[in-house]
Amino acid sequence: MDMVIGIGLDALAYGMLLFIISIGLSVMMGLMRVINLAHGAFAMVGGYIASYAIRQLGLPYGIAVPVAVVATVVVALPLEFGLFRRVYGGTDPLKQVLMTIGIAFAVIGIVNAVFGPTIKPIPLPPALHGTVDLLGHTMAVHRLLLIVVGLAIAAGLWLVMEKSDFGVRLRAAVDNADMAAALGIRTDRLYLVTFALAVALAAFGGIAGAELMPIEPTYALRYMVTFLVVVSVGGAGSTVGALAASLLIGLVDTAGRYLFPSYGTFFTYLAVILIVELAPNGLMRRAA
Amino acid sequence: MNARPSPIRGDLVKLAAVALAGLAAYVVFPNDLGLMTRVVSAAFLVVSLDLITGYAGIATLGQAALFGIGAYAAANANLYGVGEPILMVVVGGLAGAAAGLVFGAVVLRSRGLAQLVLTIALVQLVHEAANKLSDITGGSDGLAGIEAAPVLGMFKFDLYGHTGFVFSLVVLLATLAVLCAIVRSPFGLKLRAIGRDPGRVRTLGAAVMPALLVTFTLSGTVAGMGGAIEAISAGVVGLDGVSFERSAMALVMLVLGGSGSLFGAVFGTAAFMGFEQIVSTANPFHWLIIVGVLLVVVVLFVPRGLSSLGHELKRLIVITGLKAEKR
Repeated sequence: MDMVIGIGLDALAYGMLLFIISIGLSVMMGLMRVINLAHGAFAMVGGYIASYAIRQLGLPYGIAVPVAVVATVVVALPLEFGLFRRVYGGTDPLKQVLMTIGIAFAVIGIVNAVFGPTIKPIPLPPALHGTVDLLGHTMAVHRLLLIVVGLAIAAGLWLVMEKSDFGVRLRAAVDNADMAAALGIRTDRLYLVTFALAVALAAFGGIAGAELMPIEPTYALRYMVTFLVVVSVGGAGSTVGALAASLLIGLVDTAGRYLFPSYGTFFTYLAVILIVELAPNGLMRRAA
Repeated sequence: MNARPSPIRGDLVKLAAVALAGLAAYVVFPNDLGLMTRVVSAAFLVVSLDLITGYAGIATLGQAALFGIGAYAAANANLYGVGEPILMVVVGGLAGAAAGLVFGAVVLRSRGLAQLVLTIALVQLVHEAANKLSDITGGSDGLAGIEAAPVLGMFKFDLYGHTGFVFSLVVLLATLAVLCAIVRSPFGLKLRAIGRDPGRVRTLGAAVMPALLVTFTLSGTVAGMGGAIEAISAGVVGLDGVSFERSAMALVMLVLGGSGSLFGAVFGTAAFMGFEQIVSTANPFHWLIIVGVLLVVVVLFVPRGLSSLGHELKRLIVITGLKAEKR
């Protein structure tokens, strides 16, 4: 029983982390219809900047995190203007894959040249160091916080998508970008804001999840596969779908590691293939 | 005015060029035969990817799985007593063909992102399975002790890799010759058409799915042969051969060289691995920056690959020349 709770809590924390990072990718894929293999690179850059801000500049954690998130967005925005914009909309997926994988390669190389190949820790403040007792199971405070923050982000995004003016425009553009533009929605501005939001969430996830996914140069490609899987299983553009997929992948992966450690991620990918075969459009796809 | 040169002659000229380039490299760089043999076996992987991606228009990030399955099959055949290298290549090809058929059946049911994710999931699955099934794959240590007998009982594999290189090159040339014929055949034309617009081909009454399954099988055959070649020449099969990273690199080589052209794929492999050897000995991460930037530039500005640069330049010169004449 203790083991079940242990798996459940770890799976929840891991799943929430996957959600925080992947949701931006999912929204971009739903709205701009672009397969972005550089998304993991943005998460990684956020982690590097946060680590640098705390360890080299001595900023307190609470300030370093928002600074790193904003800095990552500032670094990434020129890419939107210069590169991403050219491959939006149903252009050849191969072209999107290659351009964004090229960006990921370049970021890996640059990050390595600047920060070196070693793992960069992001020291937590003392308040997040301890453990709490939960259902008779000890859990690290920062993992608990990860779950809470993940839920808050999910709720916030759902509110923005379903209730706000921005959400209405965004959903309109997802359903039919040309029609939305004809009705006076500035889709290019919408894309820019969505891109910034996606990068910000990725950067935040990269920082908050540094304990689970350590920050080092190959981060950008190593975890990219998992993020893509979440989006594909959840269905591009769906918040609820991404949440469900994140928790499911988190559960399968964590349970697999606990119960069959020698199989690695075998069962995770077996599950992915089965799910994608059964529901090629994802668990929850917005009806077009 | 003058008759168009026959396309078959063009193919023969290109095949001869590959053979000459290989022999020239053999004479000029006798100390780098190991690297050059790796280039040849990688060329099998990239050419096999070209059939799926360049011709049939399906993006895949899992091609290395087919290569790895061929390599493991050939290695196991050898450990169970098959010494003749040609037979090992046949075994690798057959295993690759079977794997390719299964891959196609799994992957072709979906499209777009789901399809791409399926290809990644498949290569990861094969990787994890190979790691677990250490009895037949050697797990993370790799499978060592592969010793091929002399080719046709005549040419012994030597310590310096002379036989290994020449054997690999000859098999590559033979494979390319067969593929040239296939690509020029009505089946090849249908494949190109499917790559451009599968919906229209279906409307015209041609069966798309069987053609794609055949392509995946053919591609698996070529990739599996490449795996066998690597197993024969290196003597070991490692787990790193079956990976997402290797599949992505193969795609990069293909696109840099020029997808949709068999010789573009070969050129891309040789150029990429050659430059990689030079630059990454200085600093492997600078190499990644160069590859990344090059990839972005090629995708946006030279969509037909670097092997088309000559064509593009010629076209540019002709166009500017025409404009000058008009004035």
